[in-house]
Amino acid sequence: MAIEKFVSFLSTAVPLPIENVDTDQIIPARFLKATTRDGFGENLFRDWRYGKEGEPKREFVLNNSDYQGSILVAGKNFGSGSSREHAAWAIHDYGFKAVVSSFFADIFKNNALNNGLLPVQVTDEFLADLLEAITADPSVQLKIDLVGQEITLLSTGAKESFEINPYKKECLLNGYDDIDYMMSIRDKIAQFEASRA
Amino acid sequence: MVEEIKGGPSVLYIDRHLIHEVTSPQAFAGIDKRGISVFRPQNTVATPDHNVPTLNQHLPIKDELSRFQVNKLTENCEKHGITLYGLNHPYQGIVHVIGPELGITQPGMTMVCGDSHTSTHGAFGSVAFGIGTSEVEMVLATQCILQPKPKKMRITVDGELSPGVTAKDVILYIISKISASGGTGYFIEYAGPAIRSLSMEGRMTVCNMSIESGARGGLIAPDETTFSYIRGREFAPKGADFDRAVSYWKTLVSDDDAVFDRELQFDAADIEPMITYGTNPGMGASIGARIPEIYEVEASARKSFEKSMAYMGFEPGTEISGRKVDYVFVGSCTNGRIEDLRNVAQFVKGRKKADHVTAWIVPGSKQVEKQAHEEGLTEILQEAGFRLRQPGCSACLAMNDDKIPEGKLAVSTSNRNFEGRQGPGARTMLASPLTAAASAVSGEVSDPRQFLGSD
Repeated sequence: MAIEKFVSFLSTAVPLPIENVDTDQIIPARFLKATTRDGFGENLFRDWRYGKEGEPKREFVLNNSDYQGSILVAGKNFGSGSSREHAAWAIHDYGFKAVVSSFFADIFKNNALNNGLLPVQVTDEFLADLLEAITADPSVQLKIDLVGQEITLLSTGAKESFEINPYKKECLLNGYDDIDYMMSIRDKIAQFEASRA
Repeated sequence: MVEEIKGGPSVLYIDRHLIHEVTSPQAFAGIDKRGISVFRPQNTVATPDHNVPTLNQHLPIKDELSRFQVNKLTENCEKHGITLYGLNHPYQGIVHVIGPELGITQPGMTMVCGDSHTSTHGAFGSVAFGIGTSEVEMVLATQCILQPKPKKMRITVDGELSPGVTAKDVILYIISKISASGGTGYFIEYAGPAIRSLSMEGRMTVCNMSIESGARGGLIAPDETTFSYIRGREFAPKGADFDRAVSYWKTLVSDDDAVFDRELQFDAADIEPMITYGTNPGMGASIGARIPEIYEVEASARKSFEKSMAYMGFEPGTEISGRKVDYVFVGSCTNGRIEDLRNVAQFVKGRKKADHVTAWIVPGSKQVEKQAHEEGLTEILQEAGFRLRQPGCSACLAMNDDKIPEGKLAVSTSNRNFEGRQGPGARTMLASPLTAAASAVSGEVSDPRQFLGSD
């Protein structure tokens, strides 16, 4: 099953200058009772975003209409904790196409890549510059170029390259689904099983 | 390993796949949408745990969404021919508790589950790690997973643990030293005399929390302790097969000249009962210590530290112990095994729980529950004012009704102290079952050693 092809894009960004944003903050466990992949964006950052009665917390960045865009820029060690893919679904469902941080938790990174959400890992210094620039001026745009593996802060032209596994890059750019590939080698897997018996 | 994709990950064959109700429904939906069958249904075992009530399990689940999700698991397993230990089955329990106790987990196996605490099974010298739902779908479809080779870290703990210091304190100590992200990108091998001295239950506690340092997996080389734990279990090899298996398992040790990407060494004598004071598992200290002052915290982490203190309602620089405790939770895949219940029962025997403390003791599985009854632990706990609930993940992640109320302070034997982890606004301090028991008895955060030798 093909997934949406990832294309390079320009966007304003939403700053979240908090470190160790864990998956329980991204999507609390009590919202994991669904049996489909849809609709998790509604509860993205639920307890930071809404109060007890469901009233939006003004101080939280997603409730500040000045900050919009399809790029989330967050502090170091983003996505730590549980393996819930619902975290990646929630971020993607909300409308983000990329998350920028100086460090990602392993399982979250995989889950993001498997859902067409690009984790962009930059240096601490570049992250600090990005956060400062977008916080000060919400209209500042970032360019994310997956082919060239480069992220650019358009207001200053400052850019940094980022790493991505070449296989995953290929999958994202072409909209390949890796289960399709794995299905195509089922015979080889059966041979492997036989060789171990 | 089936093959290596050029410039990409390896195709890793999975020997055992465990599934539960929360991270599998979308994977089964994917299988159905593709119109394919589960490739090797006999290699997957299922049980509901995250979402189940821990009281009145004989009744239909009250919460509609939870009931639907648990029923969905039953439906999917029936449809695809997967073994399910459903609610009220004598083998039901937390997925990482039942795998080892049924002998499903064995040295040298590759194991995955849509749960980050799959690292638990590494205690047997298996390669075990948590995966996301897309990967669950991949394993159902092909019994394989795409996995890049991780970096290797070895953590050696020399010397002997002091009385009152347990496996939980060892791992909380390690995480406090390497931080909640220090293990990211690695598989950790735990080694050294202090690790070797641990029971299988203790080793599982250590490996379980590998992910709290960011490491996807943690493992311990199998030895006689491992083999005698496995011997005689339901799905363990029997007779001559067992002997053959043991001779293979004995080969599963790191070479003497093995090179690790990172090596760390700790001394057991430096480890005291540990407890966390913040909102990630790396924010831990000896129970007799003080919370750091802001200037003692690394500059880049100060903002997060302050946020954490504000959430916990703690003042930097203050004593950790002596705080009034509202709730005590003993359970989870970290500390819900029989040894944990024995430790708690032994500690509270002849003592009473403080009146103002609400204590939830949740066995990790039906078998643990049964054993607790048979060993008389249930009665000891009852006499001390505790009540044993029924098996499940419970207040560890508060998906069911077992939620710590807003603002209340809980000493928990679980694995995560994140904001809201045990319920919106709940404040969690992670500790060992002994420290949890001591805190339940005294009604405040307490060092269990102050009670030792006073019996």
